[in-house]
Amino acid sequence: MRLPSWLSQHLAALRALLVFTVLLGLAYPLAFVALGRVPGLDGKADGSLITVADKTVGSSLIGQAYTDADGNPIAKYFQSRPSAAGDGYDPTSTSASNLGPNSVVDTLSDNPDDASQSLLTQVCSRSLAIGKLEGVDGSRPFCTSDGVGAVLAVFYRDGLTGPVTRVVSVNQTGTPFLSTYDGVTVEPAKAGEDYQALGGVITPIRGDAPAHPVVPADAVTASASGLDPDISPAYAALQVPRIARERGMTEAAVKALVKDHTSDRALGFLGEPAVNVLELNLALDQAK
Amino acid sequence: MVGWLFVISLVLALVAVYRPFGDYMYRAINPKRNLRGEQLIYRLVGVDPKAQQTWGVYARSVLAFSAVSILFLYLFLRVQNKLWLALGVPQMNTHVSWNTAVSFVTNTNWQAYAGESALGHLVQMAGLAVQNFVSAGVGIAVAVALIRGFAGRKTETLGNFWVDLTRITLRVLLPICVAATLIFMIAGMVQNLSGGTDVTTLTGATQHITGGPVASQEAIKELGTNGGGFYNVNSAHPFENPTTWTNWLQIFLIFLIPFSLPRVFGRMVGQNRQGYAIVAVMAVLAIASIALTVGFEVHGGGTVPQAVGSAMEGKETRFGIPDSATFAAATTLTSTGAVNSFHDSYTPFGGMMPIVNMMLGEVAPGGVGSGLYGLLILATITVFVAGLMVGRTPEYLGKKIGAREMKLASLYFLVTPALVLIGAAAAFATGNNSTALNTGPHGLSEVLYAFTSAANNNGSAFGGITVNTPWWDTALGLAMLLGRFLPLVLVLALAGSLARQKPTPESEGTLPTHQPLFVGMVVGVTVVLVALTFLPALALGPIAEGLS
Repeated sequence: MRLPSWLSQHLAALRALLVFTVLLGLAYPLAFVALGRVPGLDGKADGSLITVADKTVGSSLIGQAYTDADGNPIAKYFQSRPSAAGDGYDPTSTSASNLGPNSVVDTLSDNPDDASQSLLTQVCSRSLAIGKLEGVDGSRPFCTSDGVGAVLAVFYRDGLTGPVTRVVSVNQTGTPFLSTYDGVTVEPAKAGEDYQALGGVITPIRGDAPAHPVVPADAVTASASGLDPDISPAYAALQVPRIARERGMTEAAVKALVKDHTSDRALGFLGEPAVNVLELNLALDQAK
Repeated sequence: MVGWLFVISLVLALVAVYRPFGDYMYRAINPKRNLRGEQLIYRLVGVDPKAQQTWGVYARSVLAFSAVSILFLYLFLRVQNKLWLALGVPQMNTHVSWNTAVSFVTNTNWQAYAGESALGHLVQMAGLAVQNFVSAGVGIAVAVALIRGFAGRKTETLGNFWVDLTRITLRVLLPICVAATLIFMIAGMVQNLSGGTDVTTLTGATQHITGGPVASQEAIKELGTNGGGFYNVNSAHPFENPTTWTNWLQIFLIFLIPFSLPRVFGRMVGQNRQGYAIVAVMAVLAIASIALTVGFEVHGGGTVPQAVGSAMEGKETRFGIPDSATFAAATTLTSTGAVNSFHDSYTPFGGMMPIVNMMLGEVAPGGVGSGLYGLLILATITVFVAGLMVGRTPEYLGKKIGAREMKLASLYFLVTPALVLIGAAAAFATGNNSTALNTGPHGLSEVLYAFTSAANNNGSAFGGITVNTPWWDTALGLAMLLGRFLPLVLVLALAGSLARQKPTPESEGTLPTHQPLFVGMVVGVTVVLVALTFLPALALGPIAEGLS
């Protein structure tokens, strides 16, 4: 029996798809799963798991949060970067924040479920908290001293031009970070108001914080994966005095451990130097 | 500075492999005899490898194969929760299944789901990764058919789709993937069938370390310019991209085939210099774009990057900013769409570059196969424009570019802008833009990015937008489907009409298509066409944001 050509073509297509599925979808990956059982490769194929005293404590490639049940940092551990994966470092829901570079206006609400922080406020509050934890200056450009984004909604008489008629500090419900702007008294924001929709021009205020803040960039930003296993050498160095104090070690001893767990750029020019936080914290626990 | 070394080393590596690897692909596509494995496949599929196909039959074979693939993958996704290695994931709903099936068959790999929570291992391996291979094979096969159109002399036929697909898969894609998988496993990528391991962290919390056949999928994800990550965060995930040098290798694999295919073009039309001209156009556009993307990202801009001191939001420590930006440019200059950092959090102009790259039509160097045929269409338009200027009948490689050829080329070019602009307008008209996370110009960028990515079969995203609603899944699925198959049929029709012609001998007045002047003209035509089409939309989105 001869099939019509349109049907025979689809039949050939189906047969081709099945052949390729067996070859490329089963044989090829499963051969490598089998290869992953070979001693030497098996540890990596299984996820570079680290076992201490017969207990699996994590993967050297996957970061962890070193915080207590309330989310406060545990002082004897080096802290990881902020994470947007689930409640933090959750490999079952990896994610970045996806907030844009001009995400500067918080949604203020009396109901915590409706409120949300802009990326700028998240950065400011993290910087302030880390500054406090490490005993250094946590100030940053475009941040208020109480750790939110220093952003005004400025109302002009003619929309975008003319004299200023009203100024609101959009991220603060308490005392504004600036008393006057262009001669006009700055008001605090009211929860639930959308000042942009009312015609206010969103104006971030640089302030007088140093251009190179003490708290490094990676400490105040969420990573891409939410599982970043590393921190920058600068952020590690910032944490050394606290770790030494908490653990009764000399700073030199802690610094030596940090150096042991710092990987340089591959071949001298690929990527950035990075400190593996889990391996470093394990080494600290074992140093005692 | 080290960021530029990263880029330069990639350029040097690609220059080094252009001839040897291009020649290898030429021999793989035009071999002296069939391998035994290939003969077995032809028997199992039931095709005669010696049969030649007209452009119509070639196109119908491509469409039949893709239609069967979409249907098969859709059903696979719908029942995956009942199959082996399902890991207890729930059933995937109809609209996400439709979107995902279209997405992987069209080489887009747009992901409306999160891999670690929505898919079992079997469907990843035997469903999605199979399409990673064969959708790449389809793209290359169509490009080869177009080259045969230029090279043919008064012939009706363009080769045999099933033979092209088999040879490309077995001789080009699979061997490189085998090598790359091995290297990736040595670097620390996972490759297992485990449902994951629960560990107790140093602070006593529980963490679920995920498993999966990741390394084998990662290789074809990059090599086939597919881009669909095993996990939600794609090549940012330490299991998908564990080291600074796997990051380099992934970018190299993304560029490898698209940048070497012009060599195949040169060899098949019998003039290697024609291949050099095409690859020069690709290189000029790509290097300019990478330099701009890296420059914009490193030098900041936007309030938050200024407050932070650098654009580290959404980037991994080990990659840093320049290498992340290079990846972003690579993934959007090709039709890959994998990401190692999140474009949504890029500086305003840094985040505009991936959109611009996709709007260029992904021809510099573009997806595997689709980049070459896209650029050959632009070269054809350039020849026509040049012919108009001097008042001669335009010819490209001895083939007259007449009314029929120009109609096909123009229609090809119009498909993508129509899909992007109509799609984005429809999202706003129906209020579906409200699922964007950000507001104002950045919200427009998110919508624009989604349709640009889908219509160009890229698959990367400004991740802030929620797209797994029925409206978005359906609309983006249609954009992907039409954005892939309309151009593909137009290319094959053009190939058929070129093949039929008898080449006219070169004369005094023929525009040489292998010299810097022509390269410059193609670059110009590409940029002008894109600028005229998309500038208004860009001005309302990223440009407005960057200047405010």
